[in-house]
Amino acid sequence: MKDSSLLIKNARIIDPATDAEETGDILIAEGKISKTGNDISAAGAATIDASGLIACPGFIDLHCHLRQPGYENKETIATGAAAAARGGYTTICCMPNTNPPLDNAGIVNHVRDIASRDAPLVRILPVGCITGGRAGRELVNMAELASAGCIGFSDDGSPVSDTRIMSLAMENAAVLDLPIIDHCEDINLSQGGHMNDGWVAVRLGLKGIPAAAEEIMVARDIALCELTGARLHVTHMSTAGSTQLVRDAKQRGLKVTCDVTPHNLTLTHERVMKVQDTPRTALAYDTNARVNPPLRSPADIEALIRGITDGTIDAIATDHAPHTIEEKLCEFENAISGISGFETAFGVLMSLVHTGSISLKTLLACLTTGPAKILQNGTGTLRPGARADITLLDTEREWTVDVKDFLSKGRNTPFNGCKLKGLVVATISGGCLSFHHDSLRIS
Amino acid sequence: MSLSESRPGTATRETLPGPSIDFWKHRHVLDLDDFSREETDLVFEIAEGMVEILDRDVKKVPTLRGKTIATMFFEPSTRTRASFELAAKYLGADTISLDATKSSVAKGESLIDSLRTLQALEVDAIIMRHPCSGAPYIAARSLDTSIINAGDGCHAHPSQGLLDIFTMKQQLGDLKDRKVVIVGDIMHSRVARSNIWGTRHYGMKLVLCAPPTLIPHGLPEMLEKYSLNHVTIEHNLDSAIENADIIMSLRLQKERQQSGLISSLREYIQGYQINMSRLAGAKPDVLVMHPGPMNEGTEISPDVAYGTRSLIEQQVTNGVAVRMALLYLIAGGKNR
Repeated sequence: MKDSSLLIKNARIIDPATDAEETGDILIAEGKISKTGNDISAAGAATIDASGLIACPGFIDLHCHLRQPGYENKETIATGAAAAARGGYTTICCMPNTNPPLDNAGIVNHVRDIASRDAPLVRILPVGCITGGRAGRELVNMAELASAGCIGFSDDGSPVSDTRIMSLAMENAAVLDLPIIDHCEDINLSQGGHMNDGWVAVRLGLKGIPAAAEEIMVARDIALCELTGARLHVTHMSTAGSTQLVRDAKQRGLKVTCDVTPHNLTLTHERVMKVQDTPRTALAYDTNARVNPPLRSPADIEALIRGITDGTIDAIATDHAPHTIEEKLCEFENAISGISGFETAFGVLMSLVHTGSISLKTLLACLTTGPAKILQNGTGTLRPGARADITLLDTEREWTVDVKDFLSKGRNTPFNGCKLKGLVVATISGGCLSFHHDSLRIS
Repeated sequence: MSLSESRPGTATRETLPGPSIDFWKHRHVLDLDDFSREETDLVFEIAEGMVEILDRDVKKVPTLRGKTIATMFFEPSTRTRASFELAAKYLGADTISLDATKSSVAKGESLIDSLRTLQALEVDAIIMRHPCSGAPYIAARSLDTSIINAGDGCHAHPSQGLLDIFTMKQQLGDLKDRKVVIVGDIMHSRVARSNIWGTRHYGMKLVLCAPPTLIPHGLPEMLEKYSLNHVTIEHNLDSAIENADIIMSLRLQKERQQSGLISSLREYIQGYQINMSRLAGAKPDVLVMHPGPMNEGTEISPDVAYGTRSLIEQQVTNGVAVRMALLYLIAGGKNR
């Protein structure tokens, strides 16, 4: 199928890379975009009638957890990739907190082997550890991991506390021209916290994680970025203060980029205690809303949206973090953090477009060109000659999230039961359909 | 037993007071945030009748005969548990108690598993204490049985809140314009949180007093969010207790020093202990409460705790009466 050609007819083509927006056709041949334009015909090509749909570059996710090896009960590379394809993603970057973690070339190669065998239609790019065992003490062999295909380095949920170690890591990463992707959290300050430090935490008797726990690390990393000249990528940024720090750093010309998650852009800490439509007195303590960084205040969301609008925020990343039912079906304090995010990301984010908070073009840029610039791998565009990674979207279609339909093993989402407006209709990866909705018209 | 049998007019006419309980809608008692003034007053009215029963030589009444009340404590407790069990027994219920700190729960059985087991045993109400905030809410959502929260993490302790306010009313009558100070580890106190909600109906002033490290950051915003305008925060105890009618001291756990929330016990005692010299700066008739268990010599001095101003023993007795009232309302009739 890869060598056969595919024609997308009458799509509204939005390519944030070229700022082009037109209604037309896209011809795909040999896995690449052959040409775009009007009234293209191709004898023998499978044809998709995309009238009413948007065609944009395939989504790129800078931050997800595929759990394999080690936690196959939560997710496998196969199920994670299937969920990603359904979410419109053609390229995803998987975090190294597997068991064993991705701290040497052997295990990275192992993951890439499984990926090419079990998930050939999603490009899976591994992120390597910064320190051995993500223990924060000894640097990994970063050059070896880079040659094995790692696109950046992160200890993710166990951020490097030792500033000297982080500084050394950045010096090495600078030479390799790969980003340090940091989950910014001062774990001494956040220790024992369960949710955002604020009025909801007091109401629920839960310990808070102050915004400062994130901002202190963002500030530290920016200082180290200035010291070492490394590329710093602040991932799943969640507070107004962090956004301002990154904005200032960018203005000073530092190589700082950042991403935010769909849930941190759309849900506040109030979601932990209140599920839609439940009586006012039934405190939810909803473990599906437990996530790290935590859901923050409305003021933080406002600042993040401003950050997206003014270009401070480069990308939106899912932080897809599947967990088992048992890990969430327990006391809030004992529940594990994370949201299974691939399959709801676009629909959730479209709510920001429908309410006028951000433009569709800005949203698509954050899902395509923004992350592509950080990966520097030539993806995220519909230019002729580019790999044919294309996502077809219906921005008006309404659907209701039902975790029973998830392709991901992780059913942990605060969006279950939510009515969303905006659906991924098909995902094309290297010219092949990696996902399509029943409504796709193909002949 | 149907409600009519447990209501005045039948077997328990002589033993129970007879207010209308028709508007009582609670199947569970999880916190006082959803208690209206009428409901709180109803608990107190019934509790007054229970106090009379407790004064008798033979305290047992048949109100809950045939009912089974289970206590399930996932956290060590002697006082609250004994108080609830006694309350259930005085009302004629059978009680079983599961010490979940030692049982299969410690072996990794999940909270919901343990509770389902209890439900399968067909008890009529579960009195539950748990170290995690919100655990009784999980129970209430997962089971058909009524849940009474006997303390969950730092979140709520509704029966304690009720017995505290009952004791205040017993001493002062109308609470309007009265001033009550709660002093101590507000951050970790479920008692303080339930008192915040419970006292909001009575036109009184509630002052929360603690060092800044023991006040959660989001407290002022929470008070504003729910228009809990009767509550103020004060860090200086000597200013807080001026003109106070009642001072309630909270237990200070030793771990607070280890985790650095207080720099030393000595400093805490200097700033926040309730003792005779501190009370010299308060009204001469100020009363002192403590939810127990006390760390004598830390948050309260023994001479105050056992002195003439102390209401601590009354709190214990009232605790049984208030819990009898709650059990009557929850397990006594149609609301099951």
